[in-house]
Parts: sequence; structure tokens; C-alpha cells
Amino acid sequence: MGETTAQDPQAKQVKAFKLQDRLFKWVTLLFALIVLASLAGILISLAIEAMPALKQFGPGFLWRNIWSVPDDEYGALIATYGTVVTSLIALAIAVPISFGIALFLTETCPIWLRRPLGTAIELLAGVPSIIYGIWGLFIFAPLFSTYIQPPLQAALGDVPIIGSWFAGPPIGIGILTAGIVLSLMVIPFIASVMRDVFETVPPVLKESAYGVGCTTWEVARNIVLPYTRVGVIGGIMLGLGRALGETMAVTFVIGNANRITGSLFSPGTSIASTLANEFGEAEPGLHISSLFALGLVLFVITFIVLGLSRWLIHRSLARQGT
Amino acid sequence: MSQTLNKNSTEAILEVRNLSFYYGKFQGLTNISLDIAKSQVTAFIGPSGCGKSTLLRTFNRMYDLYPGQRAEGSIHFHGNNLLDKKQDVNLVRAKIGMVFQKPTPFPMTIYENIAFGVRLYERISRSEMDDRVEWALKKAALWGEVKDKLQQNGLSLSGGQQQRLCIARTIAVKPEIVLLDEPTSALDPISTAKIEELINELKSEYSIAIVTHNMQQAARISDFTAFMYLGELIEFGNTATLFMNPTVKQTEDYITGRFG
Amino acid sequence: MTLYQRRLLAHRIGLTLSMAAMALGLAALLWILWTLFSRGFAAFSWDFFTKDTPAAGTEGGGLRNAIVGSGMIIGVTTLLSTPIGILAGIYLAEFGDRSKLAAVTRFVTDIMLSAPSIVVGLFVYALAVATMGGFSGWAGTLALSLIAIPVIVRTTENMLRLVPSSLREAAFAIGAPRWQVSLKVTLRAVKAGVVTGVLLAIARVTGETAPLLFTALNNQFFSTDMSHPIGTLPVVIYQFAMSPYDNWVNLAWGGALLIALVVLAVNILARIIFRKKTN
Repeated sequence: MGETTAQDPQAKQVKAFKLQDRLFKWVTLLFALIVLASLAGILISLAIEAMPALKQFGPGFLWRNIWSVPDDEYGALIATYGTVVTSLIALAIAVPISFGIALFLTETCPIWLRRPLGTAIELLAGVPSIIYGIWGLFIFAPLFSTYIQPPLQAALGDVPIIGSWFAGPPIGIGILTAGIVLSLMVIPFIASVMRDVFETVPPVLKESAYGVGCTTWEVARNIVLPYTRVGVIGGIMLGLGRALGETMAVTFVIGNANRITGSLFSPGTSIASTLANEFGEAEPGLHISSLFALGLVLFVITFIVLGLSRWLIHRSLARQGT
Repeated sequence: MSQTLNKNSTEAILEVRNLSFYYGKFQGLTNISLDIAKSQVTAFIGPSGCGKSTLLRTFNRMYDLYPGQRAEGSIHFHGNNLLDKKQDVNLVRAKIGMVFQKPTPFPMTIYENIAFGVRLYERISRSEMDDRVEWALKKAALWGEVKDKLQQNGLSLSGGQQQRLCIARTIAVKPEIVLLDEPTSALDPISTAKIEELINELKSEYSIAIVTHNMQQAARISDFTAFMYLGELIEFGNTATLFMNPTVKQTEDYITGRFG
Repeated sequence: MTLYQRRLLAHRIGLTLSMAAMALGLAALLWILWTLFSRGFAAFSWDFFTKDTPAAGTEGGGLRNAIVGSGMIIGVTTLLSTPIGILAGIYLAEFGDRSKLAAVTRFVTDIMLSAPSIVVGLFVYALAVATMGGFSGWAGTLALSLIAIPVIVRTTENMLRLVPSSLREAAFAIGAPRWQVSLKVTLRAVKAGVVTGVLLAIARVTGETAPLLFTALNNQFFSTDMSHPIGTLPVVIYQFAMSPYDNWVNLAWGGALLIALVVLAVNILARIIFRKKTN
């Protein structure tokens, strides 16, 4: 047969293949490194640019309650407060609603409706956040200030402690409004993740519970939730990570006031909206450096939350053997 | 247990000596020695987990793809030890082809499925490639069924046809040995019969090693049979002899169905 | 009340609450979409697509320069991030089982997928704008690419991992070198899924505003010059919506609807391709 005479060109071809494979490995590795480099780059560049502000104000920068451009005095507390509080409000609203949606989709929804509804939720999760922002500003805020804020104030205004949360003129925009708009943005996302996690429950498990006479609600509470607990928490934290970093949904309605008051009705600011509002016109120097420092704070917080959520989700998937 | 062939009757194309195989710490094969005869069909039988597929996959260094799997011992092919680190794996695979249990057509046209392998090592013209494709498909008894749809995707064929396509593309590169890993276990009886017929015709030009969990198949189509159990070679010899007069009790027990 | 009746009541209350929650959430989201469509559609006109952004306080005008700017930046982002994302995804799927580096890269990809996009804008500003002296379309492209690449990496890797090992082995068994197995066999086998990933990345960056704020900045005139500030839809919407001018606000709604429609269309296209090709 022709093998022996074909030997030499074959051997040469094989050598060429070896070289090509090595090249291939290095090229793909290089591109994978780009992803790594971008994260490292973000951390490094933020740290470098934030250095002047951090040097000036020290670690106390994190809880300095002042942000004044004319005086060149900056601190992270105001913006961080806004970021954290709006995100917590958003989660407080979004989690129960998303849970309801996910539960409906996996347990009570008629089969023919499941796919279209599920797809609709996923498509909603892709709606750009700027849309939530302008809707919040033009549609929701006026309605909020006319129909919701006054009654809330009338009802709770005299209650000790809680009353002060709802103090101040009902202008419609503010921390609470931002939290509500943010929650709407985050709902499709958390609902999708929860639905995916709920679907990992082996049907056999649910069937055996139904088999002993459990109602749907009992199955959800006693089988589905405990089984998916870790994944659900991971999903919630993922939503938290998104909410913390959100810019556009919040900037339009948070009021952009650089101060903290105890009231949810008052305007405030978040890290992302401070950056969006001020970075464009900031003068080089302490102002820009403090803005970078804010960005660093936001990134670190998000990094921790996202890292935790990933760990939790992977743990829950590992348990399922996926 | 050494099972070398009587040098007078048949020539060996693969000489396996003292082959042991490890998945990490677990030993999958223990001290296997046998010869694969040229232009003959050698079948490997045994219960699940006995190591027959593992053994087959050492012949073309398929285990290289997975870290933690390693082989010790030697497999000599034309005087070279295939297990040698310096041996070029791609070259080995060009000479020793493999067909898998699950039909795996490449996501390409039928024509491309066959041309892909040929193009790796040979520079031939378009018309020569056309001839080669036709030749391979004829050899695999598939030409009549696909000659008018060569540009269709390979996945559009039925299971039995897909498997014959895989056989066609394996022989298109003109290997010396063809390894078949349970090639018909995923197919219906008619396709199985067609492929068994094919194997019978191919053996005049290629040396064939086939793993099968179907004893009757081994008895039907092979010239030599190896019975394996728990990673060891229990008995090896002429098929007729092994099935009629097995020397080892374990072999007899397996063949007569006392265990499996 | 018997125990059973109590359980049934709890079940009914629980289910009603969950349905109410769902109805509330869906109603709010539908309300938003409805407003977007009605206000946005009112802004659509021939001028909307053919005239450039009007000066403050004036009437008429359109969003042509912003549409073109967005189109260019997204186009270049796609060209840049697709090969990088796919090849990085190939690395993780083909070589990544044995290396610590791959595990770290996967972790970082996950983080970057949900990282605040405004921070990415800051980074690109520090890297490109401050050093190269000036805002530009290229900087905007860089920022959007850093957001798109992790999406593509993630989908490519997931898709490649779905390829059955027997297909990969069959390609190796014929003597093909690794790069041909990767590109000509396994990648081809999941072509549809990878394309879907790219489309999803495009949908994602189309809606992003924050990373463009301090990179591409804005430009009220028509421009196709990527080396200078260039107008984009999200940034223009941001500027116009926060302004006191009715005409600008009107145009902002139109722009928002346009973005939403494009994102929706791309998402649906991605799903159609995926369903069709994997059946």
C-alpha cells in the first residue's frame, strides 16, 4: 500500500500540525487573559486615580458625611448610603414578587402558558435600564407624589421612628422612588433566576409530597424552598449585585442631592448617579480623585456580593449534581 | 497470560506486551499481552467493565485526551512502540482508525465528512477527492443511498446510515487497522446485519479489532476472540476453538451464560 | 376548623398572595412598556430618523446623528468582541479543565458579567481618554467591548461543553490536530448557540448608557468620526430627558422606544435561531 511512500510528507504534515496546535493554544490563552486583564486593569486604575483622595482624607473617607464641590471636601458615606438603601428597598419589594412569579411559573401556571410567559419574563429582563429611569421620572414620580405620598404621610407621620422615614415634602422623586423603580428593573432578572433554580427540583421529590396529600403551597414551602434555598439566596445576591451598580434607573429619580436625611421621601444620591452627574464636569484634582474613590468603593462592594452569590449558586448546583 | 500467535499461520500487526492501564489510582487493565492479526477480525468480549473498550482505546492513544489516564507496557506497530511519548499521536491515528458506539457524523456535508480526514494528510485534486469519496462510500455500502445527496448534512441520515458514514470516513484515509467500539449496539437489527457484512468484506484489506457485548456477533464475524474479565485477559484464541472448547472455566461460564 | 380546612386555607392564601404578587409585578412592567410605546411612538416621524439633534430650546430635529453613532459603535464593538470572546471561550472549554488559570478566568468572567457598567466607563476613561487626550468613539467601543466579551465567553464555553465527547474523540481519531477539531468540528457543531451568544451580547450593550458617558461623550452634530466624541442614543436620551425642554423630552421618549425595539428584536432573533438550529 502507499503508506511507506506517503510516510515522509505525512511526517512533515504532522510536524506542521504540532506547531499550529501550539500557536492555537497560545492565541486562545491570550484572549482569555484579556478578560483577566480587564478586571485587574479596573482595580488598578481605580486605585491609582483614587490615591490622591484617599491620601488626603485617609480611610475615614469611607464614612465622611460630606460632599461639597466648592469646599473640596468629599466623603463616601452619602453616596454609599444612597446605593445601599435604594438596593435594599428594591430587594425588599422585588424578592417577594419574583418569588410569586417563579412559583406561579413552576407550579400553578397552566402548561400551555408556561413557555410564553417565561419567555416574556426573560425578554423583560433585557429591557434597558434607561427606560425604567425615564418612566420613573415622568410617569411614576408625579403619580407617586400626588396619590401615594400624602396618604402615607398622613397615616404614618405621627408614628414614632417610622414616621420620620416618611417626612418631608412629597416631591415624588427621592430615595424611596428610586428604590421602587429599581425593584421593577430587577424583578424580571431575579424571577428568571429563581425559576431556573426551582426547576432543578427533581419531579420525583415533588410527586412524593403530592402523593401524601400535600397542597401546592405546602410543597412549595416544605420541599421546593428548602431544596433550592442556597440557589435562591445566590440568585437574590446576584440581583443585589446588579441593583448596587445600576445607574440609569436610579439617576433619573433619586433627586441628586448630596446629603443624607433620615427620610425616604427626600432626595439623595447613589454612587453610580453621583458619578453620572458629576464626572463629566469635574475638575482634575481632589474632585475627580474622590469620584474614582467612589467608583472603587462601588466596585469592591459589588465584587464581594457577586463573588458570594457565585459561590452559593455553584454550591447549590453541585448538590444537584448538575 | 501471553497469547502470541503462531508465527507460521498469521502475521501480527499489533503486538501488545505487558500492557497495564490506570485511571488515576484505579487500575483498569492488568498485564495484557496479545497479538492483533493482520487482515483478520479480532473480537473482544466480556461483561461490562471488563476493560475491553479501555484496551481498544490504548491502540490509538485516545486516552491522551484525558489527564490522569496513563498506560504502561508496550504496543508495537511496525517496530515502534505506540505508547512511547515521542511517538506522534496524530500519525498513529492516521494509521489506526476508530469507529465509535454512537454514530458521530461531523457537522458538515456527507462529502465533507469524508474529505475532511483525507485532506489532513494528502494533497489531492478535486476530481481525485471525488473518486476517493465515492470509493469510501462504496466500500461502506452507502454509495447507492447517498450518491445524489452528497451536499446534504451528515446528520440528516438515519442511524444506520450515519454509522456507515463514520466507517466510510475512517477507511477513506486508508488506515492499516480499524478499531470498532461496539459499532452496532445503538443500531437496529437490519443495520447491524449490513455492518457485519461490511466488516467481513473489509477484513481483506484492513486489520480489524472489534469490541462487542454481543457474544453471538463475535462468534459470527471474528477470526480471533479475546475474553476479558475485570481488566485481565482470561483467554485468547481462534474464535471457533474458544467458543466450542474454551480452555479456562471462566470463559466457559461466560459463554454459557452463567454470568454476564 | 379542622386541620385539613386550615391547611387548605393556608394553601389558598399562599397561592393567592403569590398570584397577586405576580399580577402586581407583571402589571407594573406592562404599564411601563405601554407608556414607552405610546409616548415613544408619538415621537416617531420622518424627521426623527433623518434630522440631527436640535439645539436647546428649539423645535423640530431628530436623532439621526445619535442613531448613526450608536450603530457605528455597536458595529465595531461586535467586530472586536466576537473573535476575542469566542476564542477565549474555546480556551476555557478545550484547555481549561486542567489549569488553575482557567478557573480564575471563569470566576472573573462571572464577575464582569454583572459588574457595574459605570465602573467600566471609569476604567476606560483612565486608560484611554486621559492618556490619549480626549473622548472618542473608539474609547466608547472599548468600554462596550469589555461588557460584551464576558457574555460571549460565557455562552461559547457553555455551548462547547455540551458537545458530546464522542464527537470530539471521533475527530481526533481521524488524526486531526487540536485546532481543527476545535474550529472545524466542535465549534461548528454549536454554531447556532454561539451566534445566539453574540446576539445576546449585542442586545446587552445596545441598552448601556453609563459606559458611554465618559468615553464617547456626546456630539450634537452628525459625525462618523470615531476618533472624536460621537453622539449615541443612550447618552442623548439621558441628556434630553433630564432637561426642561419639551421637544427634547419628546425626542428622548422616541429614542428610548427605538432602543427597546432594537433590543427586543435582537433578543427574539437570538431565540429563533437557537430554537430552529437545535431542533
